[in-house]
Amino acid sequence: MKVLLSWMQQFAPISGDPEFLARTLTDLGLVVESVGTVGASLDGIIVAEVLELAPHPEADRIQVVQVDVGDGVPLQICCGAFNMAVGDRVPLATIGTTMPSGLEIAQRKLRGQESNGMLCSAAELELSSDAEGIMILDPSLELGRPLVAALGLGADVLFDIDVEGNRPDALSVAGVARDLAAALGVPFAVPASPVAETATTAASQASVEIVDPDLCPRFGFRILENVTVGTSPEWMASRLTAAGMRPINSIVDISNYVMLELGQPNHTYDLDLVTNGALRVRMGREGEQLVTLDGQTRAITAADGLVCDGADEPIGLAGVMGGASTEISATTRRVLLEAAVWDRMTIARTSRRLNLRSEASTRFERGVDWAGIEHALDRFCELAVELCGAEVASGAVVVDGSLVPTPPVRVRTARVNHLLGSSLDTEQIRSLLEPIGFVAESVEADALTVRIPSWRPDSTMETDVVEEVGRHHGYAKVGTRVPRPAQSGALSPAQQARRALRRAMVGAGFDEAMPMPFLSPADLGSAGLPDDAIRLTNPLVHEESVLRTSLMPGLVKAVVSNQSRRNARIRLFEIGHVYLPNPDADAPLPLEPERLGVVLAGGDAADAVRLLHLVAGSLGLSNYRIDNADTVADRAKGPRSGRELAGLHPHRSAEVVLRGRTIGAVGEVDPGVLEAFGVTGRVAWLGLDVEPVFAAMQSVPQYSPISMYPPSDLDLAFVVPDDVTSSAVVSTLQKTGGALLRSVELFDVFRSDALGADRRSLAYRLRLQAADRTLTDAEITSMRDQLVTAVAKRHKAGLRA
Amino acid sequence: MLDDVNTLVDEALAAAAAASSSAALREVETQVLGKSAPLSAAKKGLGALDPDARKSAGQALNQARATVEAAIDARRGELSRAERAVVLAAERMDLTEVVGSHPVGHLHIVTQAWEALEDVFVGMGFQVAEGPEVETDWHNFDALNIPPGHPARDGFDTLYVEYGPPGSTLLRTHTSPVQARTMLGQEPPIYIVAPGRVFRRDTADATHMPVFHQIEGLVIDRHISLADLAGTIEAFTTAYFGPGFHSRLRPNYFPFTEPSAEFDVQQPDGSWLELGGCGMVHPNVLRAGGIDPEEWSGFAFGFGIDRLAKMKYAVDDLRDMYSNDVRFLSQF
Repeated sequence: MKVLLSWMQQFAPISGDPEFLARTLTDLGLVVESVGTVGASLDGIIVAEVLELAPHPEADRIQVVQVDVGDGVPLQICCGAFNMAVGDRVPLATIGTTMPSGLEIAQRKLRGQESNGMLCSAAELELSSDAEGIMILDPSLELGRPLVAALGLGADVLFDIDVEGNRPDALSVAGVARDLAAALGVPFAVPASPVAETATTAASQASVEIVDPDLCPRFGFRILENVTVGTSPEWMASRLTAAGMRPINSIVDISNYVMLELGQPNHTYDLDLVTNGALRVRMGREGEQLVTLDGQTRAITAADGLVCDGADEPIGLAGVMGGASTEISATTRRVLLEAAVWDRMTIARTSRRLNLRSEASTRFERGVDWAGIEHALDRFCELAVELCGAEVASGAVVVDGSLVPTPPVRVRTARVNHLLGSSLDTEQIRSLLEPIGFVAESVEADALTVRIPSWRPDSTMETDVVEEVGRHHGYAKVGTRVPRPAQSGALSPAQQARRALRRAMVGAGFDEAMPMPFLSPADLGSAGLPDDAIRLTNPLVHEESVLRTSLMPGLVKAVVSNQSRRNARIRLFEIGHVYLPNPDADAPLPLEPERLGVVLAGGDAADAVRLLHLVAGSLGLSNYRIDNADTVADRAKGPRSGRELAGLHPHRSAEVVLRGRTIGAVGEVDPGVLEAFGVTGRVAWLGLDVEPVFAAMQSVPQYSPISMYPPSDLDLAFVVPDDVTSSAVVSTLQKTGGALLRSVELFDVFRSDALGADRRSLAYRLRLQAADRTLTDAEITSMRDQLVTAVAKRHKAGLRA
Repeated sequence: MLDDVNTLVDEALAAAAAASSSAALREVETQVLGKSAPLSAAKKGLGALDPDARKSAGQALNQARATVEAAIDARRGELSRAERAVVLAAERMDLTEVVGSHPVGHLHIVTQAWEALEDVFVGMGFQVAEGPEVETDWHNFDALNIPPGHPARDGFDTLYVEYGPPGSTLLRTHTSPVQARTMLGQEPPIYIVAPGRVFRRDTADATHMPVFHQIEGLVIDRHISLADLAGTIEAFTTAYFGPGFHSRLRPNYFPFTEPSAEFDVQQPDGSWLELGGCGMVHPNVLRAGGIDPEEWSGFAFGFGIDRLAKMKYAVDDLRDMYSNDVRFLSQF
């Protein structure tokens, strides 16, 4: 909302440094985005008369103009516009003038012809947006006078205010002035708008019936006759321009002017085109149509409000846009002027559905001052008499629909002080509220009963009024106090574990990425994922139209973009949520498991496994194992869970199993997936559900006594068939060795023709140690035999010769 | 005899001094102190002396032996130091040739800002709450005093998802639904912050992303006032930004708080920075959370994490923060 200081001064004697006023407004919650001066930069612009127009001898697009600035001496100007005629009065920027744009006017020559200034368009003077030709002034203006004085345009201050949704009153000059006047402690009043009326009454010429009272709390009209539509005077045009509206003609300009000044949108009908001169206000019906003022045919729904004529035909979309059939024109004789209050939700719905947001619909959505209708009608008529020679029929017709004024609100002094942390007494509260129209109907010692002003439909309850007290008392006057919670602050165990995991990843050399959690539907297929991702109803783009079910596509795409930039060392991880349909059909929300995803460009499955062990080691995790995706021995353990392994190399991936539960996968991304996304080289992958990891991190290791007796180390190399995993062999060794087997470590893997195809040698270093004695050679030999026998029996794997 | 002893000592000292290596010194030691050395032989001759002479000669011999031993020890020390120095010199390395073989990774700057914020609030006695990113429209709007049709719903540019009845499920537009979930899940007093990922239907540009991060604070206790809010914001400002930074509240509008305020941070150079929104929790929000607004009152605040990270690390364009380019990620 752009508000001129001079306009506010119609309502209250507001004065002071513009910056101070801006700060005061901001402190009231009417945030001033910018303060500007208007008109002050027109020094040096004077009124001149065109004496003579002649073509430039050497330039088609320039004419040589002689002007008189009052001294009778012709002054030559070169001008690129051709819209003026001899005798027109025009604005002249004299030599030395700085234009609003910053341009300095100097004497110069254009192709040999002297130019002693510049004739100006309205846009160049920032008086309106009209840049079509030179501004033609009122012929009665005195030659040589400064333009600002001649037009009655003083230097003015323009505040650009960001009005929040709860302040419909501040969408008017009067409303802003009221708040500011209260803060400054100066009186505020809306001047009366006396209207000279004719003998005929409005009520005898037209009528209105509110058929659906919920749609229209209040509807008022007046009738104007013999309206002469012309150009608005400069003072009005410049105010509208400053407020950001384009002057069009006097009647449209008055409509906008009244809306800006009082916050009441209004609409005009050619009364002779309204069937029977009767208006019916009702909800629309499916199938109805209306051609609106912009020429568009609109399909009406039962949720739209309508103004209809005496034949019940729609002639306007209530509060949103008028109809074309009753638009006023050059031949209009009688005008019906409407000012109404509409149901806020209906206006919001219709304007949103039709994408017709306007200054009017914005005000109706937020709520206009129902008690201000009569004054807005009067103000329009007053201006129409003055500027358009209108004759106004006597009386206004105002009909109530379902008008329910807000009941008075009881405001407890203790409650005010409790919420604000203030120590105001009842009388102080009253004196803060009354200047902004929250008048106390009754006063008790410790409470007020306050009437809510009609221009504050947002205020309905005690808290709303407390906020008004707070605004006008000043937030800056509220002290500061730091509440002391009885609890101690802390991160939860899972939150601490998440931090530990992040740091383990960083320590392992990985950079934390944050891919968008949206995917394209095609990404799912490319990544080998099932097509069960949750879809966005209103995505911005198709490429971001489903929610990810895996972190892999986002990280793989990050690898691609890094490779395309020829970046080296692409090692990325992410800890984030994926979104999965909830198997519980009654659950209102999908599942959102949190995952760790890791990609290592150029790495292989072995790198991924080493990373898993490194991370698990730094988090203190034990009790996990990995099961190859493809080995028979593992497959016997149960069905694959699928999603973990999706998109992974079928023979270079494994499930990660923690405490018997599959929590993720490790290995390499499937080369087919890499090809689909355009990755060069291999990509090692690790993906884990973090919740079970965090839970496992909570278990506290229990002390195991350290043996005081010497250990014996034993190296055993077995020739093991390829379909037997090393982990299976280790498991057999551990079961067989029992408590005596302190550790098993695979230290060599060897293949050769001599060993035969489909098998390899796995060499383990075993450490045997008893807690209570030194093992004898006989015990060690016996244990060795048992271990070898067990592995041979269970895995058909003999000792390597 | 004493003259002979002195001569032997002088010869032994000269030999020790002349030894040029530890090995040579060991030979000298054998020659001058060994069983067949003259000093040892002289000792054997003591028996032939009378008791008085034996005593003085014995003392002289012991003295001589001690002198020689000390000289050899000293020389041994000199030689071994010199020899060690030669060995060490031969082991010389140019340490600047060594490059890191295990580069460490980097936390995303949003994470760094996020954790720093959590730490400040934990220090002020807050717990850290979390909530789902896919939310019901009830938690995201209704519970926050934004009923269906409320114009404020338009301002959020909500992304809806196809889950449950149409329009019932969305990507949370702010972290505020965690307020509602916390109030419904625990009894007051409540002191929480809720950092998290939020979503808006916004085209990415230098200052907007469709996915970004906010932190929300909620305090519900007896006798909480706007002064407690102002004090908490001020304490946070100084703790997070540092000494010399201050805050102010100015009136604003949010459906879920009343009175509502915008809070600004004043930098040491005096300039102001708009940081976020806050206010006293609206009675309707308390009621939706099952809390009696007459018994309890509270405040809430919220602001963007990405913007803080962007400012702290002087990043020009928010999109760079989400490019996942390792050249960006590895800078911080």
